[in-house]
Amino acid sequence: MKIDFELNGRACSREVPGMTRLLDLLREEIGATGAKEGCGEGECGACTVLLEGTPVCSCLVPSVQVIGRKVRTVEGLETSTGLHRIQEAFVEHGAAQCGICTPGFLMMAASMCESKEPVSAESVRESLAGNLCRCTGYQKIVEAVVEVVVDATH
Amino acid sequence: MPHTERAYDRVEVFSARDLPEALSLREEHPDAKILAGGTDLMVEMELGRVPAAVIDIHSVEELRGVRERPGGLWLGALTTHRTLAESLLVESWSPCLVEACKTVGAIQIQSRGTLGGNIANASPAGDTLPVLMALDAEVEVASAARGTRRIPMAYLFEGYRSLCIEPDELLVGILLPEPHVADRTHFRKVGTRLAQAISKVVMGARVRVVNGVVTEARVAFGSVGPTPVRCTAVEEALVGRAIDPQAARLVEDAIQPINDVRSTAHYRSRVARNVLASWLMHLTENCEEDS
Amino acid sequence: MTIGQGIPRRDGYAKVTGSLQYVDDLQPEGCLHGATVRSPVAHARILGIHRDPGFDWEGITVLTADDIPGENVVYLMTRDQPALAKGVVRHVEEPVALVAAPSRTRALEAVKHVRLELEELEPLLDMEKAESSPIRIFGEDNLFKTIEIVRGDVDAQQGGRLIEGVYRTGHHEQLYIEPQGMMAIPRPDGGLCITGSMQCPYYIIKGIGSFLGPRFEEPGSIQVVQAATGGGFGGKEEYPSMLAAHCALLALKTQRPVKIVYARDEDLRATTKRHPSRTRIRTRVTEEGRILSMEVDFLVDGGAYNTLTPVVLSRGVLHSTGPYRSEAVRIIGKAVATHSPPNGAFRGFGAPQAQWASERHMDRIARELNLDPLELRRRNLFEEGDLTATGQRLVQPGAKTVLEAALQASSDLEDVRRPEHPGSGGDSARRSRGRGVSLVFHGCGFTGNGEARLKGKLAMAVEQGRVRIYTGSTELGQGTDTIFPQIAAEELGIEVDLVDIAPHDTKQVPDSGPTVASRTAMVVGGVCQKAARALREAVQAHLGTKGAFQHLLGDPRIEGLRVESQYVDDGRLQWDDQTYQGDAYPTYGWSCSVVDLTVDLDTGEVLYERFISATDVGKALNPVLASGQIEGGSLQALGWATSEEVVLNEQGGMRNDRITNYIIPTSLDAPEMHTVLVEIPYEGGPFGAKGIGEIPMDGPAAAVAQAIENATGAVLDTLPMTPERVLDAISEGRLL
Repeated sequence: MKIDFELNGRACSREVPGMTRLLDLLREEIGATGAKEGCGEGECGACTVLLEGTPVCSCLVPSVQVIGRKVRTVEGLETSTGLHRIQEAFVEHGAAQCGICTPGFLMMAASMCESKEPVSAESVRESLAGNLCRCTGYQKIVEAVVEVVVDATH
Repeated sequence: MPHTERAYDRVEVFSARDLPEALSLREEHPDAKILAGGTDLMVEMELGRVPAAVIDIHSVEELRGVRERPGGLWLGALTTHRTLAESLLVESWSPCLVEACKTVGAIQIQSRGTLGGNIANASPAGDTLPVLMALDAEVEVASAARGTRRIPMAYLFEGYRSLCIEPDELLVGILLPEPHVADRTHFRKVGTRLAQAISKVVMGARVRVVNGVVTEARVAFGSVGPTPVRCTAVEEALVGRAIDPQAARLVEDAIQPINDVRSTAHYRSRVARNVLASWLMHLTENCEEDS
Repeated sequence: MTIGQGIPRRDGYAKVTGSLQYVDDLQPEGCLHGATVRSPVAHARILGIHRDPGFDWEGITVLTADDIPGENVVYLMTRDQPALAKGVVRHVEEPVALVAAPSRTRALEAVKHVRLELEELEPLLDMEKAESSPIRIFGEDNLFKTIEIVRGDVDAQQGGRLIEGVYRTGHHEQLYIEPQGMMAIPRPDGGLCITGSMQCPYYIIKGIGSFLGPRFEEPGSIQVVQAATGGGFGGKEEYPSMLAAHCALLALKTQRPVKIVYARDEDLRATTKRHPSRTRIRTRVTEEGRILSMEVDFLVDGGAYNTLTPVVLSRGVLHSTGPYRSEAVRIIGKAVATHSPPNGAFRGFGAPQAQWASERHMDRIARELNLDPLELRRRNLFEEGDLTATGQRLVQPGAKTVLEAALQASSDLEDVRRPEHPGSGGDSARRSRGRGVSLVFHGCGFTGNGEARLKGKLAMAVEQGRVRIYTGSTELGQGTDTIFPQIAAEELGIEVDLVDIAPHDTKQVPDSGPTVASRTAMVVGGVCQKAARALREAVQAHLGTKGAFQHLLGDPRIEGLRVESQYVDDGRLQWDDQTYQGDAYPTYGWSCSVVDLTVDLDTGEVLYERFISATDVGKALNPVLASGQIEGGSLQALGWATSEEVVLNEQGGMRNDRITNYIIPTSLDAPEMHTVLVEIPYEGGPFGAKGIGEIPMDGPAAAVAQAIENATGAVLDTLPMTPERVLDAISEGRLL
């Protein structure tokens, strides 16, 4: 099946079976390895990407459902003007340790930055609950996200 | 980069662009799996249960959205839990359903998983199912040959992961009846953790209290038997008198929980009874305050 | 000045842009995918290994123990563990055969078509029956190791009251988010390059050399390169050697790169876990709560092979008194063999199990004597000059300091309740709030003469006007690659940006010892500081000047100048491995945990409200990284406390082999954390630093138990304290 879609603002086309996981399409067919596989069943969030701006687990999205749609991955966060604010905050706050969960968290947080409703500090832990981290105890991740997202949406 | 062989390569994919096409594909391929948001089907496949064919209905726009209809609120089968959780309209009709939708996995899952999918997957642990039962919701199913019909949630589940719908039928929507001003509703999920948990016990309940007397009661549980289950004995014990938390004692006889990797039958029984009793007790206290 | 500054981590940019390459991101041309055929049962005789004749084996390689060119052993401490079972399997999930195929899917399919013909034998799975069982797994008595520590005469103590308790812990899974993965690449010269997710590159060289045959015992024939590693926590200390052996064997036979990355379920079922334990403690205590004598009987389940079990046992017994003095001590520790998948290293390494018991026992004493648990701890905690169980005289013990600091910090904080979450029952839920406190210590670095024997090395060189550090100590997320440059820069008086760190590649870096045991910052960091000094002296000597290093660094005449330093025992530590008396550790860290929580009385669920800890880190080289270690370790401990349960099947295998049912905390489950870094400098560590990686694992679970008791009166002595166990323990659990 021909999968035409937009990846990080660029047109992208691959011929793969329709049920190929978006995660495999990205990592193995295109070589965009930023999204990581931690569980393969939508539980750890390491493979989180944005599909039409919505955070999804790319291990649970069949390629047939991205035809004609926009996908954004961690590789698309940094622009010519530099790192996304959430990337900077992750570095400054020490929110990344081993780094394997980081791309997933960043995509989740980036989607929160684009929320039309103001995001409250209290709601951040709930929003991040689909991304598992085993290194940080979440404290520094929450701090980084609160700093950027609350500010970006108010 | 050459294509790497994968387990899903041999799955045939039929894509439906609109409802008539979806229904005719359903008729032609009764053994195909329906692919909606994929949050259950993709996990099933990862566990090795790979179907020969799927019908992708994700683009069928007619099945999306929330609409007020005479006598009820229609929820399109493809409406995601996230959309429902953020819908002020749904919130005003049933805050309980909103709460249930917020507990279906995390945001990534809520954004993809659909209400119709949660029902059609028929997991005994489906988070929205007891609430829908307690609200007397109906599901709307359609087929190319016979048009639409409605099935009350209470009669939908005929066995473990099995619905009483025909092979050519597609679940298209859910109807919530109009809420009653005297209704008190409650959703409770006891899971393995606070977020993205699979429930050990999930409860949806509703009592209608008129002049201090319960005139209607619905108590439904998930994760305590092969299907979500209504506890009619408890409901009957509640009706016709002031709220009596003692009715929660009857829960244990109405459910058949098992020991599994997530919890024990003993725990589930006790917890099902406790959470109902606590809510009823809370209502008792609050009803006194009201009067 | 860079020491004490929370400078951003070195690999931060690569980590936030997704450009850092973990092993599964490496996809070299022609790479084959490996998979493992494993035993479905705990104990059996292997009668045959058969390929399904109906399956298409084209392009697929299958290897068994008969294909091993050298000795069928993955070596670490003993030569008992085969890379592939031969003749007999000793635990469920034991590797029996290997498969390589052009895709992972094909490899996994092929595994299903390798049929094992097994004659099942009776397994021994109960650790408490291991010593007396007629079934023999290891030696004559199934004992991997027995350790006895005696100081003073326990029997001579009189008066007071004897208080006895039994405490248990279950398996505990590291659950690094990146599953184990390894790749072996044949080199044109006949050697092998191994790369992957690991803590200890040199362990792999030692572990698989003789396995691959004499040719690979030659230095340099195996090159090991650490790929970016997505968490370890001990789980990637010894197991990667097994995985490397498998990849290496497949790569040698196929002469192609071979990669094995475990799916999560395989990783959970097959790899090492924290040892389950049972601890009996009997103390004689005065009515005022002064401990006169302490007897500890500590038992851990090592599983089917020795792995690191004797060392885990050692650290366990050495911490089994907790940070409390006693006139007389008698400790006996045993590690037994069972037909369970081998248990191994996990953050804390025996000390968390031992101090779960010692802290619960302190609470038992307080309960029986009707004393305040905090006051009881204050009366017995180690003070200056006190002797540990091994007779080590303590210098500047921090027990009291961290206890008071944590209590102070928790009283200063505004008490904010966490917001209600969906489905939790809202106003109708019946809940009770409680607080608990625990106090622990943790020996930093290797035990006894370990460091003196190991002599960890580190090299440093001037390259292109910059300083470059060469070390086998790996970056696992804990910050090695940031802290070492900070240490070197501080010592040399240069900007930290002028210091680089070489890839952790055994072709380039010396053996600094394994990245374990809270030893990297303190011990290897100390060698790093020493190397910096040596480099400065070498540069000054070379240039014949006493000038400041920062002015000399750009001088072209010193380009390529390189020094290597190593750990040298200063002879101050006296340790006797036979009697287990003497200075068990160069120094100790100290930590106090305070947890506020709510127990749901209808469900037994524990909701963490907030967590405060005060930890003596010696010197916080990088406070952001240091508090990150403490917060992360503490949450792992909180998960172990209430939700992380390994459910076993009748073969001793892990039933809940998915992240959906092995329950680690999410951000919503985690409490707000407040971390106090206490600095009682250790003169042997760089700028006073102590090891901090493991201590956060030791105390939180016991604090949780005390808090549950405080909230509900329920006493729990077994980990994890799942809602099922808590509800059973709440005597008022029945509402009706």
